[in-house]
Amino acid sequence: MTSLIDIGVRLDALIAGPPAPADAGELLVLGEQALEQWVIARGKQPTQDKREGFRILALHRQGAEKDPSFNACRETCRELVYHYNLLTLQPEHPESGQRARMMGWVVNHLYLFISGKMETEQLGEFCCASKPLRETVDAEAKAQ
Amino acid sequence: MSDKKTESKNEKYREVAYYPGCALEGSGHAYNRSTKALGKKLGLKLKEVDNWNCCGAMEVKNIDPKLQTYLSSRVMSIAANKMKMDVVMAPCNGCYHNLKKAEYDLKNDEKSKQVVDRLSKKAGHETYQAGQVETIHALDWVKDTIGEEGLKERVKNSLAGIKIANYYGCMYTRPRHIFPEKDSGPGSESTSRPHFMDDLLDAAGAENVDFPLKTACCGGAHTLSDSDTSTRLVANILQTAEAAGAEVIATECPTCHSGLEMHQIRANRTLGIKTNVKIIYFTQLLGMAMGLKPKEVGLHENVSDSFDFVKQKGLA
Repeated sequence: MTSLIDIGVRLDALIAGPPAPADAGELLVLGEQALEQWVIARGKQPTQDKREGFRILALHRQGAEKDPSFNACRETCRELVYHYNLLTLQPEHPESGQRARMMGWVVNHLYLFISGKMETEQLGEFCCASKPLRETVDAEAKAQ
Repeated sequence: MSDKKTESKNEKYREVAYYPGCALEGSGHAYNRSTKALGKKLGLKLKEVDNWNCCGAMEVKNIDPKLQTYLSSRVMSIAANKMKMDVVMAPCNGCYHNLKKAEYDLKNDEKSKQVVDRLSKKAGHETYQAGQVETIHALDWVKDTIGEEGLKERVKNSLAGIKIANYYGCMYTRPRHIFPEKDSGPGSESTSRPHFMDDLLDAAGAENVDFPLKTACCGGAHTLSDSDTSTRLVANILQTAEAAGAEVIATECPTCHSGLEMHQIRANRTLGIKTNVKIIYFTQLLGMAMGLKPKEVGLHENVSDSFDFVKQKGLA
């Protein structure tokens, strides 16, 4: 399992490159690996299923279970799929270089979103996700 | 329900109840000023909601979602029952989202209806009933009254030569179920790839770039509690916009706008990431395109300085 730090290091290198159309597959996998980290941190086994033909969309859905705020990265995942499709279906397109660059930035956003969410309060006190965390803390304080 | 309900959107939205919300009285005042100035220029009437209150924002919603539903319902109740208006226009994504959410809850959740009724009686005003008003965003307001063709006819200073990345933020389209009018066929707004702001600015002559982070999270809600994450997310949005060729990021939400402006500075200071892309409200851009002066649309109230840029582009 690739750690978030390693994902970040690899992304930095790819973006500095900048990414080429041939990197589309790796960029998509880096997005999946970032999502896997989120799913594992919540005590689940990352799914191998696919949704609409893509594992990244199934992983996002798994990550958003009982956590609606995680949907804040839903469109980011879909943009990744969109760019992957563009790059693999039209590799010779004149815009391919720019599309690959954009895909790099999009996967970086997903990585930053997930790493930020995990940094804060272990599993991320983020947007409207904070309530269950606070409830747990309150319940523990009450029990003491 | 009045006859206005059967009128076309074009007519119905010409005079709306205006709900600026808290941000537009403070950090987002430039958005308030430019929305009013643009409306006046376009011949659209805004009647500010009497004695409006906070929509419940993120803070109240986080702790007590039903209290947020009540707070938003009070705004709609005043617009409907006291002001006899059919449409509430909220330019702030947070307010717009919360009013829509309250509308959804009051249609679909009996418990929310009971809580709102109890609190409304206690506060001494009529209980808002789902469907009494329609909540729209400033983008709907301009798009459905004046539209692209109307804007084209009124352009005094074209935005030609300005490359824009349109940033909608997350609350304009999420969660999808509270925006039933979106994704409803030709002409409607898209929740996955919104385009209303693109359409309006394109009509004013701007060149919209292909920007893949239109609805990406900017970390706005965590800007105080986890500033570093917000800065990193904003820096990525700014860098992506520049990589897409944009000179300007157009915004339609005061929280996103302030976040982008402030974290642009912070990213430079703390991460050494310097970006030059300008951050300007779509109402400011459209206002200047319609012939308003930069000060009339509150450009001086933005944190970032865009004066030289707009002068260079012939807008001042």
